[in-house]
Amino acid sequence: MSGIEPVLSVRELAKSFGGVRAVQGVSFDVAAGEMLALIGPNGAGKSTCFNMLGGQLAPDSGAVTLLGRSIAGAKPREIWRRGVGRTFQITATFASMSVRENVQMALISQAGGAWNPLAPARARHVAAAEALLAQVGMLEQAGRACGILAYGDLKRVELAIALANGPRLLLMDEPTAGMAPQERIALMALVARIAKAEAIAVLFTEHDMDVVFAHADRVLVLDRGRLIADGPPHAVRNDAGVRAVYLGTDDGAEGA
Amino acid sequence: MLDLILTQMLNGMASASSLFLVASGLSIIFGVTRIVNFAHGSLYMLGAYLAVTLVGAFGPASPLGFWGGILLAAFLVGLIGIVIEVVILRRIYQAPELFQLLATFGVVLMVQDIALAVWGPEDRLGPRAPGFKSFVMILDSRFPSYELFLIAVGPLVLGLLWFLFRRTRWGTLVRAATQDREMVGALGVDQRLLFTSVFGFGAALAGLGGALQLPREAVTLHMDLSTIAEVFVVVVVGGLGSVGGAYLAAVLIGVLHAFGILIFPKITLVLVFLVMAVVLIVKPYGLMGRKPAATLPGAAGIEPLLTPATPGAKLAGLAALLLLAAAPLAVSDAWLLTLTELVIFALFAASLHVMMGPGGMASFGHAAYFGLGAYGAALAVKWLGAPMEPALLLAPFLAGIAGIVFGWFCVRLSGVYMAMLTLAFAQIAWATAFQWVELTGGDNGILGVWPSAWAVPKAVFFYLTLAICAASVLLLRRLVFSPLGYALRAGRDSPLRAEAIGIDVMRVQWAAFAIAAFAAGIAGALFAFSKGSVFPTYLAIPRSVDALLMVLLGGVQTVSGPVVGAFAYIGLSEQLVKLTPYWRFTLGLAIVLLVSLFPRGLVGGFLAWRDRRDAGDPAR
Amino acid sequence: MTIDRRRFLAAASAGAATLAAPALVRAQGGGVVRIGEVNSYTAQPAFLKPYRQGWELAQEQANAAGGRRFETIFRDDGGKPEDAVRHAGDLVNAEKVDLIAGGYLSNIGLALADFALQNKRLYAASEPLTDALVWSKGNRYTFRLRPSTYMQAAMLVEEAAKLPARKWAVIAPNYEYGQSAVKWFKELLKKAKPDVEFVAEQFPALGRIDAGATVQALEAAKPDAIFNVTFAGDLSNFVRQGNTRGLFEGRAVVSMLTGEPEYLDPLGAEAPVGWIVTGYPHADIRTPEHTAFADAYRAKYNDYPRLGSVVGYSTMQSIAAAVARAQSTETEKLVEAFSGLKFTSVFGPAEYRAIDHQSTVGAYVGRTALKDGKGVMVDWRYADGAKYLPPDDVVKTLRPAG
Repeated sequence: MSGIEPVLSVRELAKSFGGVRAVQGVSFDVAAGEMLALIGPNGAGKSTCFNMLGGQLAPDSGAVTLLGRSIAGAKPREIWRRGVGRTFQITATFASMSVRENVQMALISQAGGAWNPLAPARARHVAAAEALLAQVGMLEQAGRACGILAYGDLKRVELAIALANGPRLLLMDEPTAGMAPQERIALMALVARIAKAEAIAVLFTEHDMDVVFAHADRVLVLDRGRLIADGPPHAVRNDAGVRAVYLGTDDGAEGA
Repeated sequence: MLDLILTQMLNGMASASSLFLVASGLSIIFGVTRIVNFAHGSLYMLGAYLAVTLVGAFGPASPLGFWGGILLAAFLVGLIGIVIEVVILRRIYQAPELFQLLATFGVVLMVQDIALAVWGPEDRLGPRAPGFKSFVMILDSRFPSYELFLIAVGPLVLGLLWFLFRRTRWGTLVRAATQDREMVGALGVDQRLLFTSVFGFGAALAGLGGALQLPREAVTLHMDLSTIAEVFVVVVVGGLGSVGGAYLAAVLIGVLHAFGILIFPKITLVLVFLVMAVVLIVKPYGLMGRKPAATLPGAAGIEPLLTPATPGAKLAGLAALLLLAAAPLAVSDAWLLTLTELVIFALFAASLHVMMGPGGMASFGHAAYFGLGAYGAALAVKWLGAPMEPALLLAPFLAGIAGIVFGWFCVRLSGVYMAMLTLAFAQIAWATAFQWVELTGGDNGILGVWPSAWAVPKAVFFYLTLAICAASVLLLRRLVFSPLGYALRAGRDSPLRAEAIGIDVMRVQWAAFAIAAFAAGIAGALFAFSKGSVFPTYLAIPRSVDALLMVLLGGVQTVSGPVVGAFAYIGLSEQLVKLTPYWRFTLGLAIVLLVSLFPRGLVGGFLAWRDRRDAGDPAR
Repeated sequence: MTIDRRRFLAAASAGAATLAAPALVRAQGGGVVRIGEVNSYTAQPAFLKPYRQGWELAQEQANAAGGRRFETIFRDDGGKPEDAVRHAGDLVNAEKVDLIAGGYLSNIGLALADFALQNKRLYAASEPLTDALVWSKGNRYTFRLRPSTYMQAAMLVEEAAKLPARKWAVIAPNYEYGQSAVKWFKELLKKAKPDVEFVAEQFPALGRIDAGATVQALEAAKPDAIFNVTFAGDLSNFVRQGNTRGLFEGRAVVSMLTGEPEYLDPLGAEAPVGWIVTGYPHADIRTPEHTAFADAYRAKYNDYPRLGSVVGYSTMQSIAAAVARAQSTETEKLVEAFSGLKFTSVFGPAEYRAIDHQSTVGAYVGRTALKDGKGVMVDWRYADGAKYLPPDDVVKTLRPAG
């Protein structure tokens, strides 16, 4: 970790649902270019945590600071404008648009042009959209409808969309869920490469421990809403508390 | 005073029971099959008519004859429901959301003529129920004992339904399907059988509701439509799919209605819709409804890729426009009047389509904006003495402003709830036009809204209409393919993703709502000048239904669909009215046939056919 | 499905025949008078089915009598004024009718009247009752057959004023007809009997009465007498709930149109007794005009005539008389012929007044009674419409010049 200010700084984040504490007292930082994995068994609070960072949920308490400014409780669209791209556990793309149009839509929105009621949208940001699609290896399928793509391809499209605002932080919830093992490694390698090249901080959750230990620079372990470990992969792997949580399940909690 | 409060309360409860029987059936049907069953009022009416006949045949004096006739009528209506489901609806479950509504509307039309042919035009006053012919004294008032019986029937049926849903396998399946349709398929249940039985059961409840009205109300040919709106209100206020909620809502509305008569005797009709608007604004999923698991619109099937027109399609559009432009040279004045009307309705349909298609926001009250445009023009002429030109310019703003105000509330809801809130606002607008006699002339409307002298010749007015409507439709079309149109579609396809890329979905929908209202207002203003008059019927429910039918018939997932739908639907109905006194039956049958043949709408069906042909895979 | 198809084919071929007819007729020469008749056939079938039968009977008789042939093209407006205007336009422009006729609801009558003015075509309004049709919105081209709301109110007030009742409650459907009936009744009754007061008003929506609650609300006001304007299904529901709840016991009821068989017959044995009503005691009228009409009607349709039959028949009769008088189908000549036209209606001699184009056809006023388990009118008399209209100088102030 470099000594400069972290991209994302989370302090004492907490959220309860009807008396059940889904997340409590979670604090961590993510630095530019860093791949930070958030792991934990099912129901540990990973998605809740993610949704608070992405603005889909408002935290009960705690601070979330992006590049020195608070984003706690901000709406998803405000968080996007601050430079956060995000992918979802279940891919969310626009089914009635082509792959290229999906990315164009994000670029149009980023450029503040979404309120134009007259200009043809298809002619907007074509080159930039195709460059992003080339980056994630989806250029050949640019003209296909998102509604009929294979699941792994959709994950790539989502990544291209998430990159459209030139993000400083990428939030990726289960980025490889539903992909074949080979694809998982390839996709995360791609993410790592982009993160390093463009100094993007990446926070991701992941069930596949192979992916985690192959690509994460650092690992956070969440259990019943609390952080129980935070450190480099090899240290977390050997942590007694973490082993206790995962005891009896050698590959994590496979199958969401 | 206490006496009056108590009896009015009981009156309200008795009405509530009747409402509840019909509403519970509708709610169950919607919960499981997601069908917005417009024909539910027709089933209610058939129940009443069948009961008149059966009770008369079995002998109304004997308890067995009377109650046997009532129950048999309900059973027969259940069978009719099963026939409707098997013959018509089963074929179109895969069609886009709300499309089934079109088919059920066809059934409404057919049943109206069938009832007229079978039972004749005169109202029937059924016999009183044996054992409940008289009254009991409540404080100082005479209260009909049959009304007391009805008050008991509501909770009784509610209890039976509860038992059915909690204690039987079939009921458990119905509940499961209401919560999550996918799950039922996973359970290995024959979904077709479940849907058919649910539709038959819901129909039987409607039939029972109608049959039980026999000792209380005259059986008339208007029962179907006068019931259906109120029943929808009950279902939505209660929460779609919630039977308990339906009972609560029925009591709320029944009792409010009874007291409304005391306090505001002139606004009883709109009171119901005011209540619904308030409930939906405070509780967006009704009193006891839950937020649906998936977002409703668009969830029923994968939306096809929306692409701009091919050169061929553009050429066809241009050819159609040229053909229309050449019409005054070739056709008579009468045909020009028809064409003028068709062109206006094409714009009306296109304006609704912007909301419904790319926006995924169905409206059951789009006539409000059409009517407000018409009234805007008429009021400008009548009160400001404005000539046609400024009136035409001004009028759409009245509609647009209403769209901005109503839209602000509506976009906060989704699916059928939103559609019903648009209906509530439309009814409020309608009631204003109807009741504010000093300003609007009430139901007599405003007459003498004729075009300026230069535009009086029918060909000139046709060209004026064609120019304005064609330009507006093309602008709307451009909107669909603009960044704003894409943002709208993005919000429909995936609100989650749209928000995560910086799109304010609600505001985009709000803007689309206002634009659609404005465009409908243009159509309404032209309509006012083409007729020379405006009436509250311009904002009434049938006009809103027309708009829905045009869009659905043309194909909600295509951009040219609504224009084609407008020409097809209005053209068909106008010609049939001239051809046969049984035009309702014929039109209903035509709708049902078209719906079965083109479950994606006319244009949608054509595009699918072309895609299959181009793919060289005719077998698919 | 075979039935449906056959029905469809039959309907379609019938339609084709009507379409083909105009050309055929024109080929025969100018002898045929073409009438475009617009009415709410599907929305108000109880009145309009007999109406059309009456019309067709009159047309048949007129054609059999020699002279000019008549032909009527019927159109259904479905209860929507805008559709009525569309049909009128189509009838005038495409079907080349010589005049238009019909109308049931008041607002449709007014819309058609405005159309007539705009297009300079004669409009023979049969049923719409609104006073505006001949007064505030009257025009040169519009003539009306039925006694108006004012006239019927005046006939009933004459009887109501004889009652000892002081406290009145009113109930009327919430639209133009109901509102203006109430307005005239109140105004005329106050003039005749200044000490009356109106203690309750109920305006249920047309076809949507919540009868139990409405009856209770009227009962709560404890009126001495009730003035009712509801009709059709609303009336049936009102009567049934009122009977059970004792609303009518010890109270006089004055009721508009309730004596018409269309609305009295469905009530069967529950028909009210002793109400003062306007209506049509079809079985008991013995005038030669009526007997001839009723016999011919029964012979042709094997059914007794309703008031709708009378209105349809008389409208057609009066058109035939006007054409005979005009010796032309030109609109201006027809207008002149209609003004002051004396003709024989089913109810006896009548005249379309030149001053306001209102006909003097009257109505029967009497009391309801039960006979053989059915509602009938007794103690009735014919109220000649001419006697129930304001003086000419008042009429002139009510109607715009021209």
